[in-house]
Amino acid sequence: MAIKLYGAAGSTATLQVQACLAEKDLHYEFVSINMSYKEHKTPEFLSRNPFGQVPAFEDGDLKLFESRAITQYLAHTYADKGNDVIIKDPKKMAIVAVWIEVESQKFDPACSKLVWELGYKPMFGMTSDDVVVEENEKKLEQVLDVYESRLSQSKYLGGDSFTLADLHHLPVIKYLMGTKAKRLFEARPHVSAWVADIQSRPAWVKAITT
Amino acid sequence: MALKLHGIVGSPPAFRAMAALFEKDLDFEFVPVDFATGEQKTPRFLALNPFGQVPVFEDGDFKLFESRAITKYAAEAYANKGTDLVFKDPKKSAIQTVWMEVEGQKFDPTSSKLTWELFFKPIFGLTADEAVVTEFEEKLGNVLDVYEQRLTECKYLGGDRFTLADLHHLPNMHILMGTKVRSLFDVRPHVSAWASDILSRPAWTKVASLLRK
Repeated sequence: MAIKLYGAAGSTATLQVQACLAEKDLHYEFVSINMSYKEHKTPEFLSRNPFGQVPAFEDGDLKLFESRAITQYLAHTYADKGNDVIIKDPKKMAIVAVWIEVESQKFDPACSKLVWELGYKPMFGMTSDDVVVEENEKKLEQVLDVYESRLSQSKYLGGDSFTLADLHHLPVIKYLMGTKAKRLFEARPHVSAWVADIQSRPAWVKAITT
Repeated sequence: MALKLHGIVGSPPAFRAMAALFEKDLDFEFVPVDFATGEQKTPRFLALNPFGQVPVFEDGDFKLFESRAITKYAAEAYANKGTDLVFKDPKKSAIQTVWMEVEGQKFDPTSSKLTWELFFKPIFGLTADEAVVTEFEEKLGNVLDVYEQRLTECKYLGGDRFTLADLHHLPNMHILMGTKVRSLFDVRPHVSAWASDILSRPAWTKVASLLRK
């Protein structure tokens, strides 16, 4: 099969790409990388991603890594397939690019420590650090306050249609909505409605159940 | 003037956007934002950037924030002006995007910790935390090891010519070259040559000269 995704269950970055593949209705082979056997540090895998991280991706002879580079490649290359996750108009797409950066530069850094403390640590039988949780919840709240204002003026983050600017949030939201951090999203009506909307997309449901 | 860039002199993200505007040979008005009086927190400014940060870019009544969204817009909207900063071929463009993500996800967080400790803290009369410096020197070294390998295979990070994938590194790299961390770059021959090459570009020299005013 031409499209191969090398990833691991539980990896939010891998799930970003899977969400996009589902939206674009693309068939692909999923190659599971066993992190506990350090398969992500083998020379073979490092030739796919020199940083030794999942996901890695290939489409024919094109090899890529970095989840947000992969989703952008898919969105542009398969523009005519499945659902639109970008906007053709250059100025509207520039606004989408702003909010893609916001997820990458502000939302994700604020959430990554929370996902670790509240999501992964309990799974491994470890205790979360309340100081780290409180500090990072404050950071997330500042970001969500901006989102609340944005979403009161715009149906989706990037504009009036669902795009990568929204999609990139889905995996982290999935984890956090299963923890006490969900209250931060639920306390903000426009954010809460947006979360419910994007989580109910058939492609997302397909991506997390197959 | 139709094009405006709101920023402060010395802000790496503002300088990142400015570098792209100079590469594209664009005339723009630089509008300083007065952080000393909290201008970035005023309703007027928050309407431009709800995070209260610089830079903000205006093209007529079209407004953008986030430096890497601004550089992308300049590169694409003014494709036929100045330096070509992107690849049009879809596969080349995808590879360029990979290395733009690497800068944003890996180089920037580690280098920003070091610019804060070694450059900005002294300006504010604060002392660097040596433990943080040591930790992030190691992390940056690991990133630069990957760059060293990449740059043996490829003249520039994103492909065979200078693109946004290289440009985005300039502000933090410029700062770090004035600190002890420059040794991390100097000791890796391909990284060192690439750094010298891109730091000596006329458009970047023009940005850097604003620091001396």
